[in-house]
Amino acid sequence: MGQTLILTGNQTAALAAKLCRVQVIAAYPITPQSKIPEVLSEYVEKGELPAEFVRVESEHSAMGVCISASMVGARVFTATAANGLAYMHEQLHWAAGARLPIVMPVTNRGLGAPWTILNDMQDSIAQRDTGWMQFYCLNNQEILDQTILAYRTAEALLVPIMVCFDGFRLSHTMMPVEIPSQDEVDAFLPPYRLPYTIDAQNPVNINPVVMTDPLPDPAGELAPSYMGFRRRLQEAHESALPVIARLGREFGEIFGRSYEDSLYRYRNEDADFLFLTMGSLSSEASDTVDILRDEGVRAGVIGLRVFRPFPAHQLASAVSGVKGIAVVEKAISYGYEGALATELKAALFSANGLRPVVTNYVVGLGGKDVKPTDLLEAARDTLTQVDGASRHEHPKWLGSGV
Amino acid sequence: MSTAILDLPEEEYIMPGTRTCAGCGLPIAYRYILKALGPKTIMTHPACCLTILHGIYPKTPIAINAVNNTFASTAASATGLAAGLKATGRNDFTVLAMAGDGGTFDMGIQALSGAAERGTDIIYVCYDNEAYMNTGVQRSSATPSGAMTTTTPFIPKEQPKKDFVQIMEAHHLPYLATACSAYPGDVYNKFLKAREIKGTRFIHLAVPCPPGWGFPTKDTVKLGRLSVETGVVVLYEVVRGALQLTGKSLSMARSGRKKPVEDYLKIQGRFKKMTAEQIADFQRQVDERWEQLMARAEF
Ligand SMILES: Cc1ncc(C[n+]2csc(CCOP(=O)(O)OP(=O)(O)O)c2C)c(N)n1
Ligand code: SF4
Ligand SMILES: [Mg+2]
Repeated sequence: MGQTLILTGNQTAALAAKLCRVQVIAAYPITPQSKIPEVLSEYVEKGELPAEFVRVESEHSAMGVCISASMVGARVFTATAANGLAYMHEQLHWAAGARLPIVMPVTNRGLGAPWTILNDMQDSIAQRDTGWMQFYCLNNQEILDQTILAYRTAEALLVPIMVCFDGFRLSHTMMPVEIPSQDEVDAFLPPYRLPYTIDAQNPVNINPVVMTDPLPDPAGELAPSYMGFRRRLQEAHESALPVIARLGREFGEIFGRSYEDSLYRYRNEDADFLFLTMGSLSSEASDTVDILRDEGVRAGVIGLRVFRPFPAHQLASAVSGVKGIAVVEKAISYGYEGALATELKAALFSANGLRPVVTNYVVGLGGKDVKPTDLLEAARDTLTQVDGASRHEHPKWLGSGV
Repeated sequence: MSTAILDLPEEEYIMPGTRTCAGCGLPIAYRYILKALGPKTIMTHPACCLTILHGIYPKTPIAINAVNNTFASTAASATGLAAGLKATGRNDFTVLAMAGDGGTFDMGIQALSGAAERGTDIIYVCYDNEAYMNTGVQRSSATPSGAMTTTTPFIPKEQPKKDFVQIMEAHHLPYLATACSAYPGDVYNKFLKAREIKGTRFIHLAVPCPPGWGFPTKDTVKLGRLSVETGVVVLYEVVRGALQLTGKSLSMARSGRKKPVEDYLKIQGRFKKMTAEQIADFQRQVDERWEQLMARAEF
């Protein structure tokens, strides 16, 4: 039987790793992630978690250790944020290219320069094209659930997954979390089985130089070229959403909380205005929606739980019939707009004929508090544009001060 | 301890036809390294000439398990292999990390220092051809003073070679050795010994490179031998802090005979711009180090 504990996001992530019986942990401290390896060190030193804990000298090495340990069949774990994640960048590509089912919490934090230790999502959004899947958590319960789901999904598809959650806002905030029993987690997440063998009789040469055209193997059969490998990674992503939905439903059957839907939805059924957000912003947007509803605005929220692979079809159908969508983001692709806004527009374009007003608001960078008044302003601003007043081309910055 | 050629294992772990340049010093040593470590070895290496030796997918001339990793992370990769194998109950593999001088003296130093400080159970080999050869003979911190490279094309490198072995000694290693591919028996013995020791074992392997150094491909072994006979490379091992000369360096210490460095320098294109004064300075540096090592080895 499970129990309910009051935990911070970081404690939850560490406990999730333990429940997933991770075998190799390699981590390097960075605020606001540091508590995760600290708690895991306690588990390991107390003998509660039989894992190899490598106290690496950098995040580049943390991911380097995870990559090679995963290659020989261990279930591996690391966690990082901000500059630590950026420092891993080369290794992130390697991990995805090597098709390793690594799971890594990212406690979202702003990147320097100038320094900030506080929350935004620039760090993980900037890693969008590394080939990793990205899950985003709304609250601490989702950190636990999505970490367990992430291992199952990653191992099914051989694609690594970042489980992203807001630094401080979740990492350091205590919330009740329903903790499943070890038996329940074991039933959902069987031990990881390497899809090849490491033995002396049949040696393998893993990730060598690959040519631009397929070459024959010793048996004369054509082996993939570089592009062939890249395409397979994309195909794994393309096949992932139904897998995530199936596993999310199965998760719900065991644990009582279904993740069949890649989208968090709040009061959206009859909505003609929506906030589109990710992470803990979704719950702040939900509070604002209640205010708007009281004012008679038919408002709702869509929050993305899965950003890569991008649930374009689900999103396009979730917003069909909506007149205005305010995409509120804690990240910006400099020189254009927030990545989520761009993705939404692309999804709408492909979904043919849907042309709601889409506005984009950059909020909360470097830990800046996102107030209900900010979100109300975003909503009103969007609704004015729905009514045909002038449109703004660039994202609007809310709360940036001077 | 030494092994006669006839006693070496007959098994080969490098099949003929590797993609290294003609006369490359690397496969000579690698062959004996793998003979010493045997089939229960898993190795990891970054981008370097060794990657080329390991061949192009889907074929490889290497008959042991091998993993490629990123340029800065060879020791981290080896750490991961060791941790992953241990965590999954396979303690019978020797984990070998092997990187060039660029991947060790320069970019790999952080990961290696971290792994060595943690006492990670791996054998780490830096094969040193004294430049970034794979990318076209650019200067590294292992390039000796007086050498021309493609990034020191007109003014030969002014700074002396980094004393990397001393940096590794500062990590309190259970086993540390130097070797040169011109002496495969010495290479073999050292890896045989390293295999039986736990913890981080570090071996610096000098590897002559015909295109990078500018000498005829037939002279690789001669060059390697000259590097040792002149004292530019000194063969020794350090077991828990105690230094012992080995092979040719030991017999040189006993006989007191050492060739002038000019014999080694003058047959390499890369040193052709060295002045008499620079050669004398090079000789002074070599003599100084030789004396220090002789004193430590109690000669
Ligand atoms: C991060 C990164 N930077 C640069 C390179 C390009 N690169 C590939 S091999 C190499 C040189 C390797 O030199 P060394 O380690 O001495 O090995 P050698 O080629 O001489 O055998 C470089 C710079 C790389 N692979 N990764
Ligand atoms: S460049 Fe030098 S080290 Fe590299 S393969 Fe050729 S000979 Fe060997
Ligand atoms: Mg080199």
